[in-house]
Amino acid sequence: MKTNAELLKKKSLNSIIALAVLGLFVISCSDDDDPVAVDEEEVITTMNVTLTGSASTITLQSQDLDGDGPNAPVIDISGNLSANATYTGTIELLNETESPAEDITEEVAEEDEEHQFFFTTSGALTSVVYNDEDADGNPVGLAFTLTTGDAGSGTLQITLRHEPTKPNDGTLAEAGGETDIAQSFSITVE
Amino acid sequence: MKYSLLLLFVCFLGNTSSGQECKSILLGEIVDFHDNTPLAGATVSITGKSLQTISTEAGKFSFTNLCDGVLELEVSHPDCKSQFITLTLEGDTYEEIRLEHHLEELDEVKVVGEKQNNTTSAQEERLSQNDLQKYSGNSLGDALKSLTGVSSLNTGANIVKPVIQGLNGSRVLILNNNVRMQDMEWGQEHAPNVDINSNQDISVIKGAAALEYGGDAIGGVIIMNPLPIVRADSLFGSTQVNLFSNGRGGNITSTLVKSYNSGLYIKTQGSYKLLGDLEAPDYLLSNTGIKEKGFSFTVGKRDFLQGWEGYYSFFDSDIGILRASHIGNVDDLILGINSPQPDVINPFAYDINNPKQEVSHHLGKLNYYRRFEGLGKWTVQYDFQKNRRYEFDIRRDADDVDKASLDLRLTTHSFSTNFQLDSKENLIMKFGLLGRFQNNFANPETDVRRLIPDYDKYDFGAFAVSEFELNDNLILDTGIRYDFSKMDAKKFYRTSRWEERGYDIDFENLVIDDLGTQLLTNPVFDYHNVSASGGLKYEFGTGNNLRANYSFAQRAPNPSELFSDGLHHSAARIELGDLRIKSESSSKISLSLEKNTETWGYTFAPYINAINDFILLEPKGVEFTIRGAFPVWSYRQADVQLIGIDASIYNNWTSNIRTDHKFSWVRGEDKTTETPLINIPAANINNSISYKNAKWKNLVVGLESHYVFEQQRVPPNILVFSPEQQQEVELAINSAPNAYFLLALDAEVSFSIRNKDDLKIGLRATNLMNTSYRDYLNRQRYFVDDSGRNISLRLIYNY
Repeated sequence: MKTNAELLKKKSLNSIIALAVLGLFVISCSDDDDPVAVDEEEVITTMNVTLTGSASTITLQSQDLDGDGPNAPVIDISGNLSANATYTGTIELLNETESPAEDITEEVAEEDEEHQFFFTTSGALTSVVYNDEDADGNPVGLAFTLTTGDAGSGTLQITLRHEPTKPNDGTLAEAGGETDIAQSFSITVE
Repeated sequence: MKYSLLLLFVCFLGNTSSGQECKSILLGEIVDFHDNTPLAGATVSITGKSLQTISTEAGKFSFTNLCDGVLELEVSHPDCKSQFITLTLEGDTYEEIRLEHHLEELDEVKVVGEKQNNTTSAQEERLSQNDLQKYSGNSLGDALKSLTGVSSLNTGANIVKPVIQGLNGSRVLILNNNVRMQDMEWGQEHAPNVDINSNQDISVIKGAAALEYGGDAIGGVIIMNPLPIVRADSLFGSTQVNLFSNGRGGNITSTLVKSYNSGLYIKTQGSYKLLGDLEAPDYLLSNTGIKEKGFSFTVGKRDFLQGWEGYYSFFDSDIGILRASHIGNVDDLILGINSPQPDVINPFAYDINNPKQEVSHHLGKLNYYRRFEGLGKWTVQYDFQKNRRYEFDIRRDADDVDKASLDLRLTTHSFSTNFQLDSKENLIMKFGLLGRFQNNFANPETDVRRLIPDYDKYDFGAFAVSEFELNDNLILDTGIRYDFSKMDAKKFYRTSRWEERGYDIDFENLVIDDLGTQLLTNPVFDYHNVSASGGLKYEFGTGNNLRANYSFAQRAPNPSELFSDGLHHSAARIELGDLRIKSESSSKISLSLEKNTETWGYTFAPYINAINDFILLEPKGVEFTIRGAFPVWSYRQADVQLIGIDASIYNNWTSNIRTDHKFSWVRGEDKTTETPLINIPAANINNSISYKNAKWKNLVVGLESHYVFEQQRVPPNILVFSPEQQQEVELAINSAPNAYFLLALDAEVSFSIRNKDDLKIGLRATNLMNTSYRDYLNRQRYFVDDSGRNISLRLIYNY
């Protein structure tokens, strides 16, 4: 009995030592390689809105190069709009964290049933009408027409929703879905 | 007789007479641990009563005319140390209890005596077997909520994090079969990766008094242990099936144990759970299904002199995250808070779509113990854990639907050893050492910036605890522990974030590579923490106990508190850690006055916990991106104070009717800003009444009520600029929902198929009135009501 117990003890001790050594080995062989940087694929950094009128072409840009980082988007408006005029608008979306910049516009156009831009105007900006539609005949908003009123100031708010309810009544509240872009531009109409 | 006693209570035979008379019989047998020979001449007495008897030549003893309820036996023998055993006497219930004296008996007594604790002076509560069976189809967090002072932080109904006296996450340690879980407990939406059915003995220590398990349990320790296995040639098992109406699914769990006279035992256990979308009273909660698999295998040999055990467990869960809670920006959040029902309601489904979590956990353990005569017991253990967590978000690019947004692999190796000196009759001392290595790997193939970086973490700990029995009435305990941990991380920061946080000034030397818009940094931090605990337990009068404890504990910051940096899509918030965060220190005083008699009893347990440099996460302004504004949740440190009371009282009105009443309240205050602490559970009251009748198939019927007050003390809401509304609006992110009242009904009967009472059938209805309510500690309270009525059926078959 005694020898058995001793044997067992010895065996057990051996296995414990083996385990401890194994543990140390595992600890010491952790690699020291530096992790790889992640370039985010799905980030939209830039929205370029081109408004083409009979007299002039104006661009609106919102650019946020650090994505979800602390810096707010930088808004750039190239000039003023003319009063009581009609502009043809197009939207371009870019991921400028990649080089060359990735064009996200194509992706939205391809999956247009799952996307919709919403436009809210106020002040001297009178209305926005959709110029495009998806396969189901619902508006998308990559192309639109903007009408201005009398001279003054106004705001144009552009929101891109992912997986909104389609068709909808054109309001954000009814559309639901998730916001991919929400920017507003303060524009002078002269 | 130098060794010990093995107590074998053959049975309790409950009374068969009706009415309120006390006619229960207790039969017992006292056997020598060594050779199973009966022990004659042992004195058995029931504390608080003048009943006393001496065991016969056959080692047997009996008491008659006892009332149902909790009683405590004192067993003494001329050659052995006196032994106290608490047990619950229930009419007509058959219970078999095996006790080994000396050391190992501790494990066993716990099972029987609901009052026998892991700690002496701290507040501690244990889940009863019946409660565990009721919650077998739920999660660990749900079951623990039935204890006073334990609540939960939920993300929906399936992600349930236990909260002990107001604290959760890294402040609550979970010991799964003596292995400290390393399962990314740092995230608010990370539930413990344990199968509630794998371990049957579950107790909660409220506070940091149990230093042998860790020095950083500022909230408390949840100890999950298997039931002890009888040392005899036997094969037994049990299977439980639960069916749920809400979620239209259920679970099954089975355990099979083979044991031998030699002390060898083998146990296997498996569980499977499937639930579809849950339902709130007024609508379906789309994408809230769950699939869960659990498996565990134990093999070991236990002898008096030495023993060993190997344990492996696997747990895997796929959990759907409410579709409507996945939002885009602060305007979507405002919309969510203001709309009476979620904007996405799909038809019922079992499918789990994005957003979802897929988490798996492997745990392996090997341990060995040996006793040294006249000295004590030495234990050594190695354990290995691998936790893998995927989180899937809704991605803009439909091609990426199968690509996780978060993919973390956490691997942990621990090696621990301790020595318990227990040869002296009234003094037990225990010394131990711990070494741990942990590696976290964040897979870059997600194409999403890492929320938690790659890191290596090294821990070393040493402790000494002692328990000194001053006299028959007074036990003192003390303990001290030291922990060292080293965190060595490699993390990418956006240059803009690095500068915004001021790290370019304070941590300039951490940068090892500059990639232009991103910086690779190598933060290496050391933490030295000391914990200490001391207290007493004083027994007086009839069944009265007073416990008093003081614990000082320190906790090093977790990776989330240090490194979080990025947008949490599922919560529409930017979470920011801080490299400057240092350890937090808690000083807690707890008292517990208890009375337990056959007819009634109570516990009154106040506490005060003052925590310096408490690490908390709270909303703090907004940041703008091209997608709109996002609330920023940032970690900060503050001196805080938690004061609370856990109180409970029970009364056996007759031998059939019992009522239980529980109340808990905690108040959290940030002393620095003099504002209420965030995420502190609201006061709540639970009342239950149960009727049992052994003659009617062991019928037990219970009605439980649960009232949760409105949390009045919340931090102020924040003001945010809403691009949609073009103005500053108040974001009701901290507002607490209204008080609510829930009822539950439970009925259970037993049948005898092959053995006595081997089949148990129970019917349970929770949220009986189908009440619409929201809970302050549910992160989905902004979007939806909590689950509605659930009717469940449970079948438990023992073989």
